[in-house]
Amino acid sequence: MVETMKLEIFRYRPEKESVPTFQTYKVPFREDWVVLDAINHIKDEIDGTLSYRWSCQMGVCGSCGMMINNVPKLSCAAFLKDYYPDKIRIEPLTGFPVERDLIFEMDDFMTKLTEIQPYIIRKEGEEKPLDEGEYLQSPAELAHFKQYSMCINCMLCYAACPVYAIDSTFIGPAAIALGQRYNMDSRDQGRDSRQELIASHEGIWECTFVGECSAVCPKDVDPAAAIQRAKVSSTVDWFKDVLIPWGKKK
Amino acid sequence: MNTYHRPVPNTWWLKRKPYILFMIRELTSVFVAGYCIFLLVLVYKLTQGADAYGNFMAALKSPSSVALHLITLAFVLYHTITWFNLTPKILVLYRGEERVPQGLVAGTFYAGWVVVSVIVAWLVLGV
Repeated sequence: MVETMKLEIFRYRPEKESVPTFQTYKVPFREDWVVLDAINHIKDEIDGTLSYRWSCQMGVCGSCGMMINNVPKLSCAAFLKDYYPDKIRIEPLTGFPVERDLIFEMDDFMTKLTEIQPYIIRKEGEEKPLDEGEYLQSPAELAHFKQYSMCINCMLCYAACPVYAIDSTFIGPAAIALGQRYNMDSRDQGRDSRQELIASHEGIWECTFVGECSAVCPKDVDPAAAIQRAKVSSTVDWFKDVLIPWGKKK
Repeated sequence: MNTYHRPVPNTWWLKRKPYILFMIRELTSVFVAGYCIFLLVLVYKLTQGADAYGNFMAALKSPSSVALHLITLAFVLYHTITWFNLTPKILVLYRGEERVPQGLVAGTFYAGWVVVSVIVAWLVLGV
């Protein structure tokens, strides 16, 4: 007798329904299966109409994020055995508009990611000619930002953030953490050009430090810490401007 | 394309324990602010003379006032502990490539708290 368990999956097919429903599927229970394996089984064997995103199946691509029993997780890293024998409820990541079933629209995140300029910026005239070689960096300098560079853009942090769910103008955890990653990079000189967005009302000051973005991050990026640290440096900027206006920026 | 926007109910914070704890942490700030106002009133009463101050202090001994103070103490402790525990996220220190342990950063705040409490206790009880 094969052990089974139930998956209750969010369904939204815009051509036939205006409000989503839930559909329950019975799948075989296997110790070594993750939720994504069970969903792949449904797609292959039970209901080919189910739509969802996935790719690497090893926690690298960041495509398969879903709400699993209300918690944002990579479905390739959530084992069935951790839920067995209870039913698992699966929904698209919260905070994003749903396109179909478990697929959500990520345009807003992509726009914000671009706006934060997540790449090394050199000041005008300070770009080294290629034949002078690379910009050197010590292991200690790397240690300062390495954690923030581990982001895989899976958007679990956005789904965990109640601020983003309520007000989607918030730049959000991953984008700010990536901005901070480059701001803290010794080779980068672009902090001033990122600062307008990071220190804006839609940036760090929208964050109320719920901290769940860091709790759900599969790569231990700790975006909540990145945001709070950006708040500290922006506050220091403000005091410098007010108290020593003649001292102006570097 | 017809995308579906899921509504966010006002009860969103009841959905998961971390959100409930966050809301409690936010709520505790009301008690912290309230107690600051109380201390200002206390100082104001001092300026009003011995009688006014004495009456105010007598009123504070009522059961409802004691109960309110105990509730406030619990919320202020929760506020302090949760924020102290978050300090290592904000105060990130490095010794070369090594990050200063988070426990040490938070521990310094707890140690400071103990020192200040001992000084206050000595001033209030010891003199």
